[in-house]
Amino acid sequence: MARVVVDVMPKPEILDPQGKAVLGALPRLGFEGVSDVRQGKRFELEIDGEVTDERLAQVEQMAETLLSNPVIEDYTVRVLQENDR
Amino acid sequence: MPDRPALDTVDVAAQDPDREQPWADLGLKADEYQRIREILGRRPTSSELAMYSVMWSEHCSYKSSKVHLKQFSEIAQETPVGKMLAGIGENAGVIDVGQGYAVTFKVESHNHPSYVEPYQGAATGVGGIVRDILAMGARPVAVMDPLRFGPLDAEDTHRVLPGIVAGVGGYGNCLGLPNIGGEAVFDETYLGNPLVNALCVGVLRHEDLHLAKASGEGNQVILYGARTGGDGIGGVSVLASETFDADGPAKRPSVQVGDPFMEKLLIECTLEIFAAGLVAGIQDLGGAGLSCATSELASAGDGGMRVDLDQVPLRDSTLAPEEILMSESQERMMAVVEPGDVARFMEICAKWDVEAVVIGEVTETGRLEIDWHGQRVVDVPPRTVAHEGPVYQRPFARPDWQDALQADAAEALPRPGTGAELRETVLRLAGSPNLCDKSWITDQYDRYVLGNTVLAQPSDSGMIRIDEETNLGVAVSTDCNGRFAKLDPYAGAQLALVESYRNVATGGAKPLAISDCLNFGSPEDPAVMWQFAEACRGLKDACVELGIPVTGGNVSLYNQTGETAILPTPVVAVLGVIEDVTRRTPTGFQAAGEEIFLLGTTREELSGSEWAHVVHGHLGGKPPAVDLAAEKALATLLADGLGLLTSAHDLSDGGLAHALVEATLRQGIGASVTVDGDAFVGLFAESAGRAVVTVPAGSVETLTALALEHGVPIRHLGRTGGESLVVEGQFEIALDELRETWTATLPAALA
Repeated sequence: MARVVVDVMPKPEILDPQGKAVLGALPRLGFEGVSDVRQGKRFELEIDGEVTDERLAQVEQMAETLLSNPVIEDYTVRVLQENDR
Repeated sequence: MPDRPALDTVDVAAQDPDREQPWADLGLKADEYQRIREILGRRPTSSELAMYSVMWSEHCSYKSSKVHLKQFSEIAQETPVGKMLAGIGENAGVIDVGQGYAVTFKVESHNHPSYVEPYQGAATGVGGIVRDILAMGARPVAVMDPLRFGPLDAEDTHRVLPGIVAGVGGYGNCLGLPNIGGEAVFDETYLGNPLVNALCVGVLRHEDLHLAKASGEGNQVILYGARTGGDGIGGVSVLASETFDADGPAKRPSVQVGDPFMEKLLIECTLEIFAAGLVAGIQDLGGAGLSCATSELASAGDGGMRVDLDQVPLRDSTLAPEEILMSESQERMMAVVEPGDVARFMEICAKWDVEAVVIGEVTETGRLEIDWHGQRVVDVPPRTVAHEGPVYQRPFARPDWQDALQADAAEALPRPGTGAELRETVLRLAGSPNLCDKSWITDQYDRYVLGNTVLAQPSDSGMIRIDEETNLGVAVSTDCNGRFAKLDPYAGAQLALVESYRNVATGGAKPLAISDCLNFGSPEDPAVMWQFAEACRGLKDACVELGIPVTGGNVSLYNQTGETAILPTPVVAVLGVIEDVTRRTPTGFQAAGEEIFLLGTTREELSGSEWAHVVHGHLGGKPPAVDLAAEKALATLLADGLGLLTSAHDLSDGGLAHALVEATLRQGIGASVTVDGDAFVGLFAESAGRAVVTVPAGSVETLTALALEHGVPIRHLGRTGGESLVVEGQFEIALDELRETWTATLPAALA
């Protein structure tokens, strides 16, 4: 068993209304010094067996077709090491 | 970060007159580029080139359609209620609806963005039309979305439809605007070219009307709302990346992301600014962003404006001036404000948490001058950008295939004969994608927010109360049968108009004006251009005869995949007024034991019908005849029948059969009717100018007399009641079976 993480973020040029809302809320709660917030999402996939290149390619495909909307979002795929947990 | 090209200023352009410019990549033609050079007496700077290229695009300049749209302004600029307060050319037309109220409405397309990114494309389509209405000084009160998709079973429809519907619902629901109607139509030609048209209705008092212009030297130009980012500028990137590698990083997105909560703030902020009397001129930022707003405002005013582009608040500090000018970031507005009012303006913006910055001022130079950190990057006559773009007399010709198409009439197709076959056909049509229950879609929209919705889907029209004391209201409907328009674009456009007109009338409202969204294929194809020209001519002639003006609208061309254009789709929105919404006539049968009548004339008209489409996959022949005098008489009868009629439902797609299906299913009240003559023709012909109405048994004579008075043919069909739809001597269908068939289609395909 291995855990693969897919991080999905709105593309840098794309407006992120959620991040903007958080940015607006921070100073209201007394938190200063944050100049920008972008909000994305993180998927953790438990993979059966070993993480081979082929498996990773499949995860890439999952990210491309389901986990992200490639028109407005970027994603990164990485294998979570045991000591990262 | 790779190096930027050196700033291209007016001075640089003068010193370096022969620099190669990527005009072709920006969609300009050689002669258009030449004309820009002639206007300026030099080569344009890259910022100027960006402005001209976007403002002279088909989308912004209407260069192919202008010559045909011109005829709409020949129609008398008044409605049956009074003079138009603002007409074509403004952000949206404004009409008087009495009691000191005015209403503005407009329908616009957001087709291509919705294909690329369905959710955001549709959402920002709603946002854009709402800002158009807002810019007139009106409070947006309702939206409506006519949608068209490829076949329901096509794979891409399953990508596009849920996204578009969620986008329309998401944005409108967050804004708190009821979505009161619209359409969902399926046809093969929309596969790869879905149509997302968006309509908004706004209400204002006569004295609150505001027109877009920048007048008064020294008045300040304020940009307010969301920050400017790299949205929707895909194409211009070429200007900012001349020195980049071919696969350089300047891949700016071609889609825009909307923020409805920002738009809600913008609405409230703008209306408060209007109420405080702080606005000398105003314009929303939509397609072509700042290029459009600055040039149009300046062009409509005294003719000069100076802008410090570096003052524009940015979301992305790496944007080049060309990109800032082209950005289509959403939720932005531009206002022209007298210097003494600026402080108050800023206070109101701060109250609503809306960022506002003075970016320039009105001048008397007659030029639009834009500076970037003190260096002049744009110096142009604004009219040449905004209003004096190229005008094309595109060749148009009736296609060779039109005769063959019209000769192939659906009247010759094999028809159901027995009662059992007719029954089967009723069910088959009721469950077909175009006629089936659309609540899977409309249930994702909030129909009743604001508490003024009187009628909404699946009623014939959407009706909104605009005064809670007097109960004054307006009704809106949008319609178009693209198959009719393909068979005969002149008649097809008129049929779209009269169907929408009738749908407003059945509720008891008096039709006042239209707005149109003309969706067609490539104007470079003479056959498509002919369809467009014919549709415009048809609309104009019908408006003149019906005595209602065109208040504005939008043209969307190049809706085609390869050589295949979409069905010509001139969507027509009709707006009507009703003095007391509590007296409106509902759409479906309301009670058992009432008498059912058919108003209007049924002819053997089956070409282009839903029956031919669903049962035979056939499109050919000539569409139903248009009788504008009969439509007018019917509408007058329906208005006079307020209080007498207990229900009224328009006959259109699917003919009498489907009208009865919808009327019975609305409240679950069955009906038993007799169809004289050829039962098939009586049930499935799609002759225009007809409606099914009911009256209590005691009012039959009053209705008959009213029909006689208006010269509307009337025929007794039968009586409401029971648990089924019965056509005497032919068949009976239990309402439960009918409902199951009618409602199952969309959930089965999309769930």
